[in-house]
Amino acid sequence: MKVLLQHLAHTRSGDKGNTSNIAVIAYAAELYPYLREQLTADKFKAHYAGVVTGKVTRYEIDGLQALNFVAEGALGGGVSRSLCLDNYGKALSARVLSFELDVPEALRPKLRGFG
Amino acid sequence: MKSVVRIGAASAWWGDRIEPARWNAERGDLDYLCFETMAEATISAAQVRKRRDPSFPGYDTYLDDRMQAVLPGCLKRGTKIITNQGWINPDGAAERIVYWLNKLGAKGIRVAAVNGSLITDRVLQLTDHIMENGKPTATLADTLVSAEAYLGAEPLVEALKQGAHIVVSGRVADPSLFMAPMMYEFGWNALDHERLGAGNGLGHLMECGAQVTGGYFSDPGFKDVPEPWNLAFPIVEAQADGSAVLTKISGTGGAVNLMTVKEQMLYEVHDPAHYITPDVVVDFTSARLEQTSADRVRVTHISGKPRTPTLKVSIGCTEGYIGEDMFFYAGPGALRRAQLARRILEERFKIVKLDAEEVRIDFLGLNAIHGAMTPSNAPEPYEIAVRVAARTRTREEAIKVGREVDGMAVSGIGMTGKRVPHQDRTREIIGVWSSLVPREKIVPSINFFET
Repeated sequence: MKVLLQHLAHTRSGDKGNTSNIAVIAYAAELYPYLREQLTADKFKAHYAGVVTGKVTRYEIDGLQALNFVAEGALGGGVSRSLCLDNYGKALSARVLSFELDVPEALRPKLRGFG
Repeated sequence: MKSVVRIGAASAWWGDRIEPARWNAERGDLDYLCFETMAEATISAAQVRKRRDPSFPGYDTYLDDRMQAVLPGCLKRGTKIITNQGWINPDGAAERIVYWLNKLGAKGIRVAAVNGSLITDRVLQLTDHIMENGKPTATLADTLVSAEAYLGAEPLVEALKQGAHIVVSGRVADPSLFMAPMMYEFGWNALDHERLGAGNGLGHLMECGAQVTGGYFSDPGFKDVPEPWNLAFPIVEAQADGSAVLTKISGTGGAVNLMTVKEQMLYEVHDPAHYITPDVVVDFTSARLEQTSADRVRVTHISGKPRTPTLKVSIGCTEGYIGEDMFFYAGPGALRRAQLARRILEERFKIVKLDAEEVRIDFLGLNAIHGAMTPSNAPEPYEIAVRVAARTRTREEAIKVGREVDGMAVSGIGMTGKRVPHQDRTREIIGVWSSLVPREKIVPSINFFET
């Protein structure tokens, strides 16, 4: 079934220069393999098209059931120069909540805020 | 040697709340209380301010409030303090802290001021290229206002070894503030990258204060914490082998759980196996977390690799100005009026010949935060703020933004919500660039001040 990422994982973004890192952390260990398989760096970059202008690198921290996306060219030139109201990009992590994944029906009980 | 060292957080950045620091001082039963009081451009902004206003002391503008809040509790419990409130004047900050200690009647308290991170006059000789774009740092000569090296834990440990009860520094890597007490109490060697990796990793979990105790976390119905208005700052109970329990004082809101710890662990981290600090290269990928009881998470197996031969340097440069303001529409047709208003602003900027590097006109309520990522089928909002900002080389050009927004009242369109501008709509940009300096070129020094 199709589910939005917000039901599988929680996220937080951080800033360094003109780069935003967005951590995506599975709510349950059973959900992590689906995130790992379907939320690739390319898919992430496509979902952030228009804001992330540079390279996206994905790191996997399997022991924490977490993915870390390092998105370059995401902060309008850097925190001190950006014209975006959210110049630190603290609200950027919310965009990936709307990424759609395909998960088995059997995992419904593991999803947060669902149904 | 203690078997467990209790270290509490008192501040995560310049603007952090003060009450939770007082709670930790009074109820945390702490061996150490650590303050992180800066942001990226704090040092640069302080140097600019000092040049314009020689009466500015050059240390944390909230120093008096923060010290008054924690000193009584710390003196009662014998809690030592490590703080980076010194900014560009650690000696001055130390003297001011002694002033407050004397007012409290404290006797025999030694306050150490750690200097050496400010390298404005030497930075172009000491550095080679800018990390962000590869250009020579020499290209920054005309606009440079400030430069600081990020010190690590060693000078803080040295101050403790010399008998300091309170250590005040300028720029230090944030995790180092929290690791220094561990290094000192457990006798960790500066080259012991396994221990320092763990210690810096714990420092990274602590350095953002409430971000690990339920702050920057809640998402109602998905991630909830009790009483999010009542968040405590964290406490780490560290052991000599680098393992620890992360917790908070009871009787507060928030939570310390696997979710809060994981989010903070990866915050501002790029490659999680190579998180570079002045003390060590931290590897978070081996970390193990265990929720042992309510609001207690055991953190083990964060590891480390040998430290790099360089220290990071931040270079602050004047880079022009930003002019910014907003006005409002609401009710049926708010969006169509906002769109016409934007068109008028664009034409007005041409009439007054606005010379800007970048102009941004957002509809706050629709697309200001996520910009071009905003879904095209996002619903029309009931109310919208037209928010305009421009980056310019001169203050005169930036002023035009606020002046043309002024013109959107009487000379604009119908049903426009406006306010009289109470705040400055023009600000100077201090841009920050990064470089590297060989570690041995930075020699900290320590001055003592006593009650």
